[in-house]
Amino acid sequence: MDRIPILRMGPFLLVTIQVDLYDRLALTLETDLVQMVNKTGAKGVLIDISAVEIVDSFMGRIIGNIASMSKILDAETVVVGMQPAVAITLIELGLPLKGVHTALNVERGMQLLNTMIDLDDDTDDEETDD
Amino acid sequence: MVISLSKDVMRILKDHDVVPFRNRVKEKAVKIKMGLVNQTKLITAASELVRNMLKYANGGDALIEVVSKGRENGVRLTFKDKGPGITDLSLAMKDGYSTGKSLGLGLPGTKRLVSEFDIKSEPGKGTTVTIIKWANG
Repeated sequence: MDRIPILRMGPFLLVTIQVDLYDRLALTLETDLVQMVNKTGAKGVLIDISAVEIVDSFMGRIIGNIASMSKILDAETVVVGMQPAVAITLIELGLPLKGVHTALNVERGMQLLNTMIDLDDDTDDEETDD
Repeated sequence: MVISLSKDVMRILKDHDVVPFRNRVKEKAVKIKMGLVNQTKLITAASELVRNMLKYANGGDALIEVVSKGRENGVRLTFKDKGPGITDLSLAMKDGYSTGKSLGLGLPGTKRLVSEFDIKSEPGKGTTVTIIKWANG
């Protein structure tokens, strides 16, 4: 089965969506990411959608879900690289992606995550077992 | 008067059919030199409607046409399903209304993205949605 790779970069997870997302793939990404956040104790998730040509209400919902799910696992989500045409379309569609942080590119997204997260190497929050 | 210049039919039965369908719509939009923003709006609208068709009617047929009216060229998409139909169309066109678990943006949102929007539905028989996006519309 196809999967979108999730890369670990220090305390963050990086996902670059380079393919056309069909529904199953998007749903798999959602579960994979949330599980990775749990497993790695990541403090931030960076989703790069610069290669994504369209975001419809379903994709928008997946992005929103990832952000809220990560949030309750104590990780912030930043969506980066949205194409201008996609931004215009999302707003007209009526999907302002509330609750999702955005940044222009990966670099700024990283900066944003760094400012949002207090990084003082206190990785002793290992009580994530259920 | 709207004249149809080319016609393609695609059967949409599973979510894997969505991406090839979107690509076909894009091909047509590029062919008539539609701008990037309009292309994105059209493809997003197409994606919403195709998803509706899969979700509520287990799929159906999508007709992709290049049309012209006077000096304007555009893409017309017709989505025809034999699903349960919509009992209250005016309610379905309202923002935030959904019988499913979605956000209820599909129909009203789609209408905002395209130049022309038409929906016909008969409960028990099916639904037909037609949209047109003009290259400069």
